[in-house]
Order: sequence, then structure tokens, then C-alpha cells
Amino acid sequence: MRVVVVGAGIVGASCALAAARAGCEVVVLDRGQVGAGTTSRGEGNVLVSDKEPGPELDLALVSRTVWGRWAEELGADALEFEPKGGVVVATAAEALTPLGELVAGQEAAGVVAHAAGPDDLRGLEPHLAPDLPGGYHYPQDAQVQPVLAAATILAAAVRLGARHRPATEVVGARRSTDGALQAVLCADGSEVAADAVVNAAGTWGGQVGERLGAPVPVLPRKGYVLVTQPVPALVHHKVYSADYVANVAASTEGLETSCVVESTRGGTILIGASRERVGFDPAMEPSTVALLAAQAVRLFPVLERVQLMRVYRGFRPYCPDHLPVVGPDPRVPGVLHACGHEGAGVGLAPATGELVAAHLTGADPVATLGIDPRPFLPDRLLTGAGDATRTEDLT
Amino acid sequence: MRPETLRDGTVDVAVVGAGPAGLAAAAVALLGGLTVALVDAGQELGGQFWRRPPEGSAVDPGDDLHHDLATYRSLAGTVRSAARDGRCRLLPGHHVWTAVAPPATAPGERPQGPLPLHLLDRSSGPGRERTLRLDARHVVLATGAYDRPLPFPGWDLPGVYTAGGLQALLKGGGVRAGSRVVVGGTGPFLLPVATGLAARGASVVVCEANDPRRWACGAGAALGLPGKLVEGAGYAAALVRHRVPVLLRHAVTAAHGTDRVEAVTISRLDASGGIVPGSDRRVEADAVGTGWGFVPQLDLAVTLGADLVASWDGNRVVRVDEWQRTSVPGLSAAGEVCGVGGAQLAVREGQLAAEGVLRDLGRPSVTGERGLARVRGAVARHRRFAAAMAHAHPVPEGWTAWVDDATTVCRCEEVCAGQVRRAVADGAVGVRQVKQLTRAGMGWCQGRMCAPAVAGLAGPGEGEVAERLVATPVPLGALARGNGSPPHTLSRPAPEEKV
Ligand SMILES: Cc1cc2nc3c(=O)[nH]c(=O)nc-3n(C[C@H](O)[C@H](O)[C@H](O)COP(=O)(O)OP(=O)(O)OC[C@H]3O[C@@H](n4cnc5c(N)ncnc54)[C@H](O)[C@@H]3O)c2cc1C
Ligand SMILES: Cc1cc2nc3c(=O)[nH]c(=O)nc-3n(C[C@H](O)[C@H](O)[C@H](O)COP(=O)(O)OP(=O)(O)OC[C@H]3O[C@@H](n4cnc5c(N)ncnc54)[C@H](O)[C@@H]3O)c2cc1C
Repeated sequence: MRVVVVGAGIVGASCALAAARAGCEVVVLDRGQVGAGTTSRGEGNVLVSDKEPGPELDLALVSRTVWGRWAEELGADALEFEPKGGVVVATAAEALTPLGELVAGQEAAGVVAHAAGPDDLRGLEPHLAPDLPGGYHYPQDAQVQPVLAAATILAAAVRLGARHRPATEVVGARRSTDGALQAVLCADGSEVAADAVVNAAGTWGGQVGERLGAPVPVLPRKGYVLVTQPVPALVHHKVYSADYVANVAASTEGLETSCVVESTRGGTILIGASRERVGFDPAMEPSTVALLAAQAVRLFPVLERVQLMRVYRGFRPYCPDHLPVVGPDPRVPGVLHACGHEGAGVGLAPATGELVAAHLTGADPVATLGIDPRPFLPDRLLTGAGDATRTEDLT
Repeated sequence: MRPETLRDGTVDVAVVGAGPAGLAAAAVALLGGLTVALVDAGQELGGQFWRRPPEGSAVDPGDDLHHDLATYRSLAGTVRSAARDGRCRLLPGHHVWTAVAPPATAPGERPQGPLPLHLLDRSSGPGRERTLRLDARHVVLATGAYDRPLPFPGWDLPGVYTAGGLQALLKGGGVRAGSRVVVGGTGPFLLPVATGLAARGASVVVCEANDPRRWACGAGAALGLPGKLVEGAGYAAALVRHRVPVLLRHAVTAAHGTDRVEAVTISRLDASGGIVPGSDRRVEADAVGTGWGFVPQLDLAVTLGADLVASWDGNRVVRVDEWQRTSVPGLSAAGEVCGVGGAQLAVREGQLAAEGVLRDLGRPSVTGERGLARVRGAVARHRRFAAAMAHAHPVPEGWTAWVDDATTVCRCEEVCAGQVRRAVADGAVGVRQVKQLTRAGMGWCQGRMCAPAVAGLAGPGEGEVAERLVATPVPLGALARGNGSPPHTLSRPAPEEKV
């Protein structure tokens, strides 16, 4: 089977590797370089702790296992994979009860979490503010460097025979009169023969879907990440306040911040991330940056004197129901979607890749992966009919 | 027209950078009756060209190291006297750490409301920084340029500087970085650095990578520029007087030493910049400075979304119209951010920028019709001269061959040339991707030092200029104290604030 993957972000790279391993002939097309999209704009948290019980958490747990396996196969250093664990703290005593309820549900789904009182917190993170009432330690939380990981995973797919064509924009698809996919059309006029095409275009998944005749609603959600100067190890886990848990699931418009603080191999500290639904507005918002800084200093007073060096921002791809869209489009034969992972695309990428490979080869994901594919199918999002007759350049 | 005094925080014009361009812009805007805030990260007026020791310090002001001090005194005098009248806020020790363009309305339309600049006030010292917001109806960006260093084995030894760094030490602190100094690189800027050090008693050797006989190709452009020629002749005389040898088609290709630099290797270059075999020579030195031209400081311009264009020297620079207006309504730019062409060009561009603002506000010109025509004539000549200079002083193509794999390229993150080359061999394209794969450029200087070198080793990528939303490091505590609410707006000038 000839498969074209559109997008060489962390999700496209993962789909390419899983499909190549499943025996497909894979070509990865990206209008830019590997990982240069939203994958280069995020943080690389591989989290189970921030998810409510439900399909996303189930996918995240499988994905965490696959990350661990890929780290063994491809080399932890080549991914900068660090199973450092997470610490979620309540900033006020009232927050401990709802947090405890969340944890109970997560444990039932298979998450490992240990309650941590004030003394335990100090043992886990000596520099935490002394007045924090408590929290939980999540040993499964991990971290990768997303661009490095995408490059490494794609290189592994290429070693299995996949081809990677950077700087190639996809503009449409060609089909036979009976609607069967024949080729993917590129902006430079070339085409790539294909039996199936995977829409892994992240935040631009809506546009690529449209070009393939299979529109899906994927919207941008802006976020900032703060990067500090390199400092000696001050923060050992991914540490965040429990407010984050509420933000992730919220669907009100406007700004939400609650910071995640962590250190990287380079010694810098990352503070992320805000969430705003403001379309693709790139303007810098200093008050958002200040809010994140204030929250980080609240957790770690020692950061007060540490200097902010860089701010970057990105646009997370999200679907209206905040679940990624993964699976075959029911309207247009040969089109599969793998996008809309919002603030968890890095964490969810390996399981997404495996799930796409199962769809491509007709394997049963429940049996082989332990993933129920249904909550992620595009069908739930589709209102209008697709258009399998569209064959032209749709730019 | 009676000039307003600053009552609230909004000024007519905020000028970022108090170098030749910014000083001129501020002075002309003030003469035109506008209220002005002049912001500079440094403590003194003058920027790089007129860098001087702090007022009242014991260090010799070094007037003999300077050119055109009369212009400096007149511009600085205008600004200082307006500061005393309360029409000009002088904000030394304030760094604009970021800026926000107002949301785009219709193309070319004036923005709704003022342009906010976000300042970090460092004037009270470490640990006491605070963030402020300055609202201005117009902003003139005059943030200048910084040296373009290129790596070579040993360039990370103490005692190795950029050419501009040597100059800044000398002009700003009266400090002679060494007694046996080798100045290398390319371009006319190496000469004032060499003569300044020689005038303070150092023995100096200059290695110019190009052959200035190429200047002849563009010499026509220099005609009609007596100032430049006089300055050039002055340097020639000074070089002779201080016995400064200038080695053409030579470069510093290595620095040696254990704890600090003790010697350098000087090599002869062939036509493509490769080292002529057998030409290496060891020369003792206790200080080295290299400079390969300048890179415009575009951090704020890019954050504000101003369009860029390619300049005569290959740099990306801010695109401006005949009044130095950028593509962002209310935002002008002047000086080296619009193209590296020296202080005299910068002054005139600053003047034009302020004239453009006056015009947009319907105020009469300070310079007058005929004066403006003269300024424009001078700008055109200086730009031609700068283009000819750039043409005669390219970075030699072959420089990457001097850099062995073990040479550190990114000093902050300790990334060596071999790692960059491996990333490129693995398919990485451009500075941004190499950064993400090797960490080169992720450290303290945010790639300001190493990006030119990485671009040389990896290719520049897609015409990219790095986006740096944070123009200078800001303590998290200073941001946190603003606590997400808008930082304090500037109010009346505090009496203790002076330059
Ligand atoms: C501030 C912030 C913090 C984040 N933190 C985390 C985190 O800690 N953990 C986590 O798991 N996730 C995080 N995320 C989310 C994560 O970054 C994304 O979910 C993930 O990167 C999406 O990957 P992707 O491969 O789907 O998309 P992308 O990386 O955007 O890849 C899509 C690719 O498609 C290409 N493309 C688009 N259109 C075309 C076309 N027409 N033809 C060819 N190619 C095309 C693009 O060039 C791009 O390379 C964060 C995001 C942000 C913004
Ligand atoms: C280190 C160095 C030394 C130099 N020495 C000489 C010399 O001796 N002779 C010579 O002919 N040329 C010299 N040059 C070249 C010189 O830059 C120009 O000829 C001239 O000074 C350009 O004027 P300008 O006004 O455009 O910029 P500059 O003089 O560079 O002034 C820019 C000013 O903007 C300020 N600034 C930048 N960003 C911000 C910000 N975000 N917030 C607040 N303030 C900011 C800087 O502190 C600086 O004072 C030197 C250049 C450098 C980099």
C-alpha cells in the first residue's frame, strides 16, 4: 500500500514510522522542514497527569508506553526522552479535594499517582514555596524534545524505506472517476501516487482536509512558552499547579493560564503555557507573559531573580470537542485524518501513529493496541458532505 | 506653537536608541515642538559611535578618539535642555524588552491608539529592576547594529574580543584591552579601532581579509563625500604615525594560549578566502579583536511586524519609505537598522524620521524644503558609499574551511562546528532547524553571536531573521511584580532621572 503522509511534525513522523513498520510504502510531504510547525512551538510534555478519565487519557496511557518503547529502540538521547515524572500541587487547600477526586478517577483508568503532603513536596522539589498545602506525584509523566524526536522518528522511518520530501506543499488530490484516490498533488506541479493519504497537518489540518476534499474543523489555540537563562538544577519534575487541570478541559473563550514549570537538559527552565482562542494573531501579549511569570514565581520563589530569555508562541490545533481526529474519513475514500491534538500532540503522537497504521492495514486496534478507535473517528465532527469529486488544485 | 509638557504617560514620539540616529530623531522632533521620550539601554547618550565614559567619572573622555563631536554636542544639548523643560523624558538604563503592534485595521491606516513599548528599568541595579509601559503616538526605532563575529579555533579564549568590543572598552571605559593587539576581519571599521588603540600606546597589527584596491571599483560613489574621505585620510595618517601595519588579504585563523590568548596564527588568503598553504605565521598578542561587519539589531522591528528587505551588504534590514516610515503605521526606523552605513548616514536618517512624524502630524518642518533636499542628497551619497564599501569588503567565502570540527561555534551552549556539520549532513536546513537539533543559538545571547556562523555552515534557511519576542533578558520577578496587570504607566519625570 502506497501511503502519503501530509505533515512532518511529531504526529506525521510517528504515522510514517508506524506505517513503514506495518509494511506500507510511505512518502512524507511537508511544505517546510521536519518539526518546523507547531511541533517546534510547544514543550514536549508527555503527560498522563493532566487528563481527565476518558478516551484521551486512555490514548495517552498507551502512548506513554509506546514512547518508552521507542526510547529503547531509537535511543533515549536521540529523543531527549526523560521519564522524570510530574508533580501537581494545589496552591490553596480548597483545591486538594477536587484534585483528589480527579486522581481517583485517573487511578481507575490506570494512572499511577502518589499523594504528597507538604513534607513530601519538599523532598520531591526542595525549592517549592513552603506554604503549598500538598499535591500528587505522577511517576509516568515524561518529556521529549519535540523537534529532535520528530527528526529521529522520521529518520527511523526513512531507514525502513520511507521517503521524506521537505519543502513540498500539498494542494489537492487526483481521483479516478469512481472516486478512488490516485495521487496527491503538490504546489510545484508534481504528484505522488497514493492509495491512501494521511492528513497530519496539525493546526492546518482543516485546510489540508479541505484540499483533499474532506474538510474537518481544526482551529488554532494560541499559547506562549517562557524560557529562562540556564540555571543549576532547581526543578526536578514537571511541576504545575492544579489550576491547569481545570483549564485543559475548559472550553470558554479567552485567556487561561496556569503554568507548568520544568527544566530542560540545557539547564533552561520552561514555563508554559497559556491558552487563548484568538485565531492566528501573532501579536506579543506582555501581560500574558507576566501572568505566567507570576505563577511560576508563586510556585518557585527562587525563580524571582532568574531571567527570562525567550518567549515563543504557537497555535495548538484543536477540534470543537477537544479530542483529536484520527481515522478514515467516511466521505472520501483513501483519506485518513490524524490531527487536532491540541496541547497534547507530542504526548499522543506514538499511539496516534500506531492507530493510523492499524486503520491502514485493517488491523483491530482494540486487540493489537488496546485502543478503542471510535471516539477519535472523524464521523462525530462532520456536518457537511465531503467531496470525493474534487480533483483540482484547491488553493 | 506652545509645546506641551509631559503630563500623562503618552508622548508624541518615543525614540528607541540614543545613538546618532536616535539622538538626531529626538532633537529634530523636539525642535518641531513634539514631546519625546528617548530610551536607551545604556547609561549615556551617544550610542556606539559616540560612546563615552559615564558623565563625571574619572576616566578621560577621550575626545581625540571621536569624530564629529560638534554634532554630538549640539544634538545632546537640544535633548538635555528639553529634558530640563519637561518636554523630553530621558530614559537611560531602560531597555525596551518587547513591543506590541496594534491590531491591523485597514492596510496603511493609522492604528487606533498609541503604540505601547514595554520597558525594563535597570537603573536601580540588579534585583531592583521594574517593568514599565511607555505609550507613544509614534515610535522611531534606532536600535543600531552589533558586530558580526565569525568563529575560529581559540576564539573563546579570554582576551579575544570583537572589534567593536575593543572599541567599546576604549571609548566607554578608557580601557586598552592589551599592549600587543591584533585586529582582524574586514571593513573600514577596523581602522578606527586600530588607530584608537595605537593612540593609547598599544602595538597593533591589522589583518584585512580583502584587498582595498577593490575600493577603487566603487570609488566613484565616494566622490562628493569629503567628510568620509577626510576621516579616511586621517586614519591613513594615523596608521602611519603609529606604525600600524595593515596586512591585506590576511586573517586571524587561530588564537593560542592556555588561560588567555598569548598568540595568534595569521594566514594569507587566496582569492576565495582559503588559506594559502604554508603562509601561516605565529604572532604574539595579548588581545585580539575581529569584526566582519555589522548585523542590524532587528529584534523589536521583527516583533512589531515591520517588513524587511535585503540591504546593500546582504543583511536583512527594515524597509522604509522616503520619510523612514516602516510598513507598520506609526512606526519609523533610522540608522543601522535600515542598513549599515555609518554614523553620518544614521544622523540624517534620524532627522528624516522626525521630519516624517512632524509631517504626519501636520506640523511645519524644522529643516525646511532646501535643507531637506540637502539631507536627501547626503543620504543618497552615503548609501552609495556604503554599498561600495560593502562590495569591497565581503566576508570571504572560504572562511568555513578555517573552522575545524572541534571549534566551538555557539559559546553559550558549547556547540562545536562538527555538531552543526553533522546536523546539516543529516538534512537540517537553516539556522532555526540547526538550533532545534543542536541547541546552537539557544543560550544566553540567543544566537546574536553565533547565528552568522551557523548560517555560514548551514545556509541561512528560508530568508529567515530570527524572531526574538524578548529583546533583553528580564528577571521573572520584575515581570511577576507587574502581576499580569498592565505595568505602571510612566508619569511625570522623576527629578532624579537625568543623563
Ligand atoms: C505553547 C504550546 C505548548 C505545547 N505544549 C505541549 C506539550 O507540552 N506536550 C504536548 O504533547 N503537546 C504540546 N503542545 C501541542 C503540540 O505542540 C501539538 O499538538 C503538536 O506539535 C502537533 O503536532 P502535529 O505534527 O500534528 O502538527 P505540526 O507540528 O504543526 O505539523 C504539521 C505539519 O504540516 C505541515 N503542513 C501544513 N500544511 C501543509 C500542506 N498544505 N502541505 C504540506 N505540509 C503542510 C506543516 O508545515 C507542519 O510541519 C503545545 C503547543 C503549544 C502551542
Ligand atoms: C560595538 C560597536 C562599536 C562601534 N564603534 C564605532 C566607532 O568607533 N566608529 C564608527 O564609525 N562606527 C562604530 N560602530 C558602528 C556604529 O554602530 C555606527 O556607525 C553608528 O553608531 C550607528 O548609529 P545608530 O544610531 O544607528 O546605532 P547605535 O549607535 O548602535 O545606537 C543604537 C542604540 O540603541 C540602543 N538600543 C538597542 N536596542 C535597544 C532596546 N531594545 N532598548 C533600548 N535601547 C536599545 C543601544 O543601547 C544603542 O545605544 C560601532 C558599532 C558597534 C556595534
